Amino acid sequence: MLKRTTGEKVFAVFNYIILTLTAFVCLVPMINVLAISLSSSSAAAAGYVKLWPVDFTLASYKYALSKREFMQSFLVSVKRIALGYAVNMVLTISVAYPLSKEKSVFRARNVYAWFFIITMMFSGGLIPTFMTVRKLGLLDTMWALVLPGAVPVFNVILLMNFFRELPKEIEEAAYIDGASHWTTLFKIYLPLSLPSLATISLFVIVGHWNGWFDGMIYMNRPKNWPLQTYLRTILINPDINQYQTSSEELAGIREVSERTFKSAQVFLGAAPILAVYPFLQKYFMKGLVMGSVKG
Amino acid sequence: MAGNKKWIRELPLHILLIPGVIAVFIFNYIPMFGIVMAFQKFVPAKGFMGSQWVGLDNFRYIFNMPNIWTVIRNTVFIAVMKIIANLIVPIIFALLLNEIRKDAFKRTIQTIIYFPHFLSWVILGGILIDVLSPTSGIVNEFLGLFGIKPIYFLGNANWFPFTLVATNTWKEFGYNTIVYLAALTSIDPTLYEAAVVDGAGRLKQTWHITLPGILPIVTLMTVLSLGNVLNAGFDQVFNLYSPSVYSTGDIIDTLVYRIGMVEAQFSVSAAVGLFKSAISFVLVVISNKLANKYAGYRVF
Repeated sequence: MLKRTTGEKVFAVFNYIILTLTAFVCLVPMINVLAISLSSSSAAAAGYVKLWPVDFTLASYKYALSKREFMQSFLVSVKRIALGYAVNMVLTISVAYPLSKEKSVFRARNVYAWFFIITMMFSGGLIPTFMTVRKLGLLDTMWALVLPGAVPVFNVILLMNFFRELPKEIEEAAYIDGASHWTTLFKIYLPLSLPSLATISLFVIVGHWNGWFDGMIYMNRPKNWPLQTYLRTILINPDINQYQTSSEELAGIREVSERTFKSAQVFLGAAPILAVYPFLQKYFMKGLVMGSVKG
Repeated sequence: MAGNKKWIRELPLHILLIPGVIAVFIFNYIPMFGIVMAFQKFVPAKGFMGSQWVGLDNFRYIFNMPNIWTVIRNTVFIAVMKIIANLIVPIIFALLLNEIRKDAFKRTIQTIIYFPHFLSWVILGGILIDVLSPTSGIVNEFLGLFGIKPIYFLGNANWFPFTLVATNTWKEFGYNTIVYLAALTSIDPTLYEAAVVDGAGRLKQTWHITLPGILPIVTLMTVLSLGNVLNAGFDQVFNLYSPSVYSTGDIIDTLVYRIGMVEAQFSVSAAVGLFKSAISFVLVVISNKLANKYAGYRVF
């Protein structure tokens, strides 16, 4: 390594400081709300809570977890992920595999490819899609949260590109040995694509966990709301919430206020992602670079 | 017969595609045909077939709405500001991160700045409503240290669009930073060695090697973002806005939602949606053509 000039050393120090500060600023809102959720209502109300809990208490979390509606919508989200994950993964694989073939191998390839691509460029829009789902009788069923996005075209493209980069020789050798497409897909492609499939799995799971809008428009009954839809009524738009926690109800519980209660629910809503993120971020990063446009 | 044999060999590929094609046909293509309701006085009980045709009446109606031009202007303003911020901020941070030699530090920063990307706007909205509050939020408390009076970031129409751009950058800049960083690390290191031999300092190297090195991907990302000029970000706006900021914060997508889902004027809402989709479609096609021409990009 060449010797660095004084100017470069100053820059290096400055650079570390700027990046550390930026990362810190990115986290401050989360840390602040986390600290509030772990503080007593009086400390939060007095404005004592900055980045560290004051009068540490788990009362707000206990209260949130004791609410039936919270657990109910949490279960809806879990079910949604289970069903949505299965449907999305099966369809992503079954669409990506044929589309990864060259036109010489699969003559109709480009016709199918355009069939899917067009949906990325043009959509019927909110109301026509809503009317279609309603006409099919899917309102207030789990299928309304799963089927409209059953084929995630972006993920299909990720996986298709991954399939295409697998060495052609393996497949050709298998073909000569008499392997069918089924064998090629299950015995060769899928085992070789585990990193890519892991990335897509994570995208799919995070997507279903974070989905709130479909729950809001397709589920009329609050008992069918996924967690994020339920949280929206608590955090963002309290006046339409029929479960609105009355002030009297909260007044009965020392240490919990509207604000600490909301803050606790923010963290319960983000908890699964917080829990898996540090372990899975390398896949996300890899998948991101893999999926990013190549010039 | 060779042709017949080929067809048999292709058959499993067709079979694999059947479920995906059916799902996409039902949930993407049928709604596209459903757009005909924009030219009807749509009544759900009568369906797409039985509703009365009204020609362009719905479009005449929407362009006579008093707020339509405000909404279009808001949409373009917010979207363009976001595009610019999402271009400049990540490039700066990618350049700064690229100068870091400690890999662990670099990875930690990337992990932190990428994190908000994975939270929904419901969660982030809940966080922002608290921290940006004019009475108890930590942001205004901090500004108060400098004698700045509390600002109602989410409730003041002058501040609202800028709050949207800033908070969107907070959520998303980590993503583009990683994309640009990947492009930076793929620059041929011998170019830098040659520059050092020629006596170029770090700044000159950045200017003459690093920036030209990521120019293709920057061009590509910019051209592709052209398709988003009418996408001001429904999820974010919907979770942060309120009637007091409609004058600067109401966008096409939120208008479509309110007309359609709240007021149940289905045809009018579909007409606004079609107006947006049609323009967006043209923009996407143009941007893809340009991306293909200048960067050799193709979707499939």
